[in-house]
Amino acid sequence: MKELVVISGKGGTGKTTVTAALAALAGHKVMADCDVDAADLHLVLAPENRTATEFYSGQVAVIDPERCIRCGECATNCRYEAIDADFTVHKEHCEGCGVCAYVCPTDAAGMIERMCGHWYSSETRFGKMIHAHLGIGEENSGKLVTTVRKEARKAAEEVGAELIITDGPPGVGCPVIASLGGTDLALAVAEPTLSALHDLKRVHKLTRHFQVPMMAVVNKADINPLLTEEIRNWCTESGVEIAGVLPYDQIVTDAQIHGLSVVEHDPDGFGQHMRSVWDKVSRKLFA
Amino acid sequence: MLTIAVASGKGGTGKTTVTANLAVWLASQNVDVAALDCDVEEPNLHLFLRPVWTKTTPENVPVPEVDEERCLGEECRKCVDLCRFKSLIMMAGSVMVFPELCHGCGLCTLACPARAIREGAREIGVVRTGATAGADSARIPVVGGEMRIGEAMAPPLILAVKRTAPASAVRLIDCPPGTSCPVIASLGGADLAVLVTEPTPFGLHDLELAVGVLRKMDIPFGVVINRDGMGDDRTHRYLEREGIPLLGTLPHSAEAAHCYSEGRLHVDALPGFREAYASIWENIRTLAAREVSR
Repeated sequence: MKELVVISGKGGTGKTTVTAALAALAGHKVMADCDVDAADLHLVLAPENRTATEFYSGQVAVIDPERCIRCGECATNCRYEAIDADFTVHKEHCEGCGVCAYVCPTDAAGMIERMCGHWYSSETRFGKMIHAHLGIGEENSGKLVTTVRKEARKAAEEVGAELIITDGPPGVGCPVIASLGGTDLALAVAEPTLSALHDLKRVHKLTRHFQVPMMAVVNKADINPLLTEEIRNWCTESGVEIAGVLPYDQIVTDAQIHGLSVVEHDPDGFGQHMRSVWDKVSRKLFA
Repeated sequence: MLTIAVASGKGGTGKTTVTANLAVWLASQNVDVAALDCDVEEPNLHLFLRPVWTKTTPENVPVPEVDEERCLGEECRKCVDLCRFKSLIMMAGSVMVFPELCHGCGLCTLACPARAIREGAREIGVVRTGATAGADSARIPVVGGEMRIGEAMAPPLILAVKRTAPASAVRLIDCPPGTSCPVIASLGGADLAVLVTEPTPFGLHDLELAVGVLRKMDIPFGVVINRDGMGDDRTHRYLEREGIPLLGTLPHSAEAAHCYSEGRLHVDALPGFREAYASIWENIRTLAAREVSR
């Protein structure tokens, strides 16, 4: 079983559009949305029959006001300013380290399991999909990503799929690290802007760090042909194979508005571009 | 000081564009403004403001260092048992530290009965300070963080950026995308937030998530619709329905996209954008005044 993850240093370059298009083209596969912070793939794939599972990770402090003597030890020793003057715990700042519980002289501060969000197992018109929703201000999106990947592998084994297509999160931080490790190929989507080129280089460092081969797709190429050329050159120098160069096309937004992948919405136009991308990607994946 | 966080659920909607253009427009109106790049994973603000960096400071988080002479070893294990991040383990009778897993909470140091643990440092990235070139009145202080590749802990670096920034009448914060800890760290202490979105289904869905964050944090906010005209009117309708102030719109155009791609500023290069930012600023001020009197 192969794992393909679609990433981009920068957000908004078209990861989800590309992921959805590949989902429409690839054969027997399972989809995973690892952008657990701001998942969008479900807007195109319209998952149904979902089972929702609560996701717990780490702990969070609670203070029992009955026992609290307001000595202030917890707030003084907390390095995350998670406990305010009223001895209320601010869940969004709490790292769950347990310092407060350790220093509390009356055992008023304790730790409980932390519910951070949900993950879902669903059916789509392209096959099974595993996705998730991280609660607002919750940390550990890396661990939720790991859960999504683990469940996607399980689902792929169950249905005998040969491929997992993952919509990755943007950036180079903890969720991307969790999305990338141990995958077979990373497909980076970049647009020809200075910001995207800057971020593409950062994400490339990350893929090398994890020894995951990377290919690139240049999206919205005609926004800036000169920079498109620069990305091409950089890719050649860096040994990053280009899987495709896609034009800027309003049809991509139209497809989104209709809740369709570009392959379904415009099979002969943009769909053809995506077919050629999939050819190159699948050749590399299954070589 | 008025601290304005520029945020969005989704990446690529134009946070950095709005931050940079608004900063430059404000400076041109002689407003004392500073710009902060809190998107430490993918810092891009410098590509638009092109500051001359004058100082780069490594930012560290504390990590335990164990003095083997003093450590009581296997019979104590207190640090190993208490650490919830598994950054300390017992190996062949001595404590081994995994600094990458450490959250720097200090519990092990606090708990060690033999005072065998002192805190060393692990570098998570750098904080850069500088200012844009230009005449004194138009010079904008810029502070930005850049996380080390492979590092997972953004919030301490974000807080360092905010700590390092000079006091100014207006402070603009370019936030990271998403709704998790880095965004919360960036939004903390903001007087109000400007949410930047694009009028597409993805944009609207992620805007709704960002609205959830701001409501939960009780930070007043308004919305700027970038690339207005590229999608449909669902976003406009959502704002009306929810009673969320629309601070302004920026038109969708090939020129604007090209200009952005080269790292040029819309307020410098394109007609109409100065007026758009003037109006956005006016609406921000109205919103701020309303919230102060609330």
